[in-house]
Amino acid sequence: MNNLLKVSKVKANIQQFHILHDINFEVPIGEVTVLLGRNGAGKTTTLRTIMGLNPVHNGSILFKDEEIANLKPHLIANKGIGYVPEDQGIFEDLTVGENLRVAMKREDQETTERLDWILDLFPDLKKFWKKPGGQLSGGQKQMLAIARAYVNENDLLLIDEPSKGLAPIVVEKVMETILQMKEKTTILLVEQNFHMASKIGDRFYIIDDGQTVHNGLMEDLRQDKVLMKKYLGVS
Amino acid sequence: MDLIVTLGVNGLATGMLIFLLAAGLTLIFGLMSVLNFAHGGLFIWGAYAGVWIYTATNSFILAIILAILTGLVLGLVTERLIIRPVYGNHIQQILITLGFMLVLQELIKVVFGPDQKAVDPPAWLASSFQIGDVILIKYRLFIIIVGLLLFFTIFFLLKKTRIGLIVRAGVMNREMVQTLGINIRFVFMAVFMVGAALAALSGVLHAPYSGVIYAEMGLEFSILAFIVVVIGGMGSFTGSLFAALLVGLAQAFMAYYVPALSLAVNMLIMTIVLIFRPQGLFKVKG
Repeated sequence: MNNLLKVSKVKANIQQFHILHDINFEVPIGEVTVLLGRNGAGKTTTLRTIMGLNPVHNGSILFKDEEIANLKPHLIANKGIGYVPEDQGIFEDLTVGENLRVAMKREDQETTERLDWILDLFPDLKKFWKKPGGQLSGGQKQMLAIARAYVNENDLLLIDEPSKGLAPIVVEKVMETILQMKEKTTILLVEQNFHMASKIGDRFYIIDDGQTVHNGLMEDLRQDKVLMKKYLGVS
Repeated sequence: MDLIVTLGVNGLATGMLIFLLAAGLTLIFGLMSVLNFAHGGLFIWGAYAGVWIYTATNSFILAIILAILTGLVLGLVTERLIIRPVYGNHIQQILITLGFMLVLQELIKVVFGPDQKAVDPPAWLASSFQIGDVILIKYRLFIIIVGLLLFFTIFFLLKKTRIGLIVRAGVMNREMVQTLGINIRFVFMAVFMVGAALAALSGVLHAPYSGVIYAEMGLEFSILAFIVVVIGGMGSFTGSLFAALLVGLAQAFMAYYVPALSLAVNMLIMTIVLIFRPQGLFKVKG
């Protein structure tokens, strides 16, 4: 099994609207796979569909060779998938510590070590341990969301637009962190910021109008100005 | 002074009974955004089931246990059959739970008969004692102590345990809670059952307090509980305690000094709160 996740011919609707028409991609173990595409192409919906938050109308989603399409979100999460949503999903009245504790499935030595490791990466979280999540800055919230997804031993992390709305200096910090996490886990990343995506990603899939239209190695995409212009608006 | 203490104890006891009913209501609303008008039905079923076993065995402890079990089972049935199909639709929730409230009320008459039932406090709580010039009735103090114990227990559970964190997180963002591997449906059901058990407990404690139970008292008492939830802030557990004690005390003092206004005072408090602080005294962020 080289691929941790395999998405095949997935169609998904939100209410009566057909959002995903034909999504196909694979996420190899130990790599960062990036979903690219313009706004509204269906990238976030793809992550939400994998996570069980949108129903799969047709197609298959295999995680560790096991079908997870249309399972309940908590069952999918418990198979070893962590999720960082686009809006970060911070519990605003809970403190930083409580936000992390809600996520911790176990409070054993291994989890504590993971927590210590991630707190070393994000010292602000340690500093503001007792501060309500709602009072953190945008960057701190993003760090908390990533830490929360990482604190359990997940095989795969789905991270949706971690650079969104953040100052460039904070984006650099988040990028460095994801690069370090890459050493320990497999990541499926949705990212509009091509600079960030190209630095972190190993391979890419371009989604356009609910379909995967192109894929390859990230280093090849960097050279392909025509493709970048056509689908990503990057020149 | 002794009169004020006596009225104060009466008010606190009434307030605690309302709190037990309102606590379930506010937890259910806060976590699940469900308007449960059948809550009063769970209250009367707790009262009748408890009084039935109390009459048969003369054990008030057994009465409390059976009332709580009745609340848990009825809570499970209500959540599964009545609430689950109407999650997210307040209009449907009001209609179906109000209908179910009437069904529960009429079923009481079918099972236990239509007549009122007189209930005395258990012998160990029937007497009173005197401190200075103040006469304190043991059963009322018992209600206050039980109410406070439950408040602090639930408060501790909500604030200090992971289960409580999950419930509070679920109030804020239920979708995110699911993606952390937590079965939020199960949490909803458990909270609903606990809320129902609190209502049933309130019912059985109310029986010897008022001395009589009847099928219609659920609707009457649940209106008070709704007033308390609105005053305290929809979804606020601490707000419910504060508002319930306020309503209980206001009612007790008004009943003595201005009896004609004893029922109207609750509406008056609610109106003032709605005008000046429509989100309730204790706001909960959702």
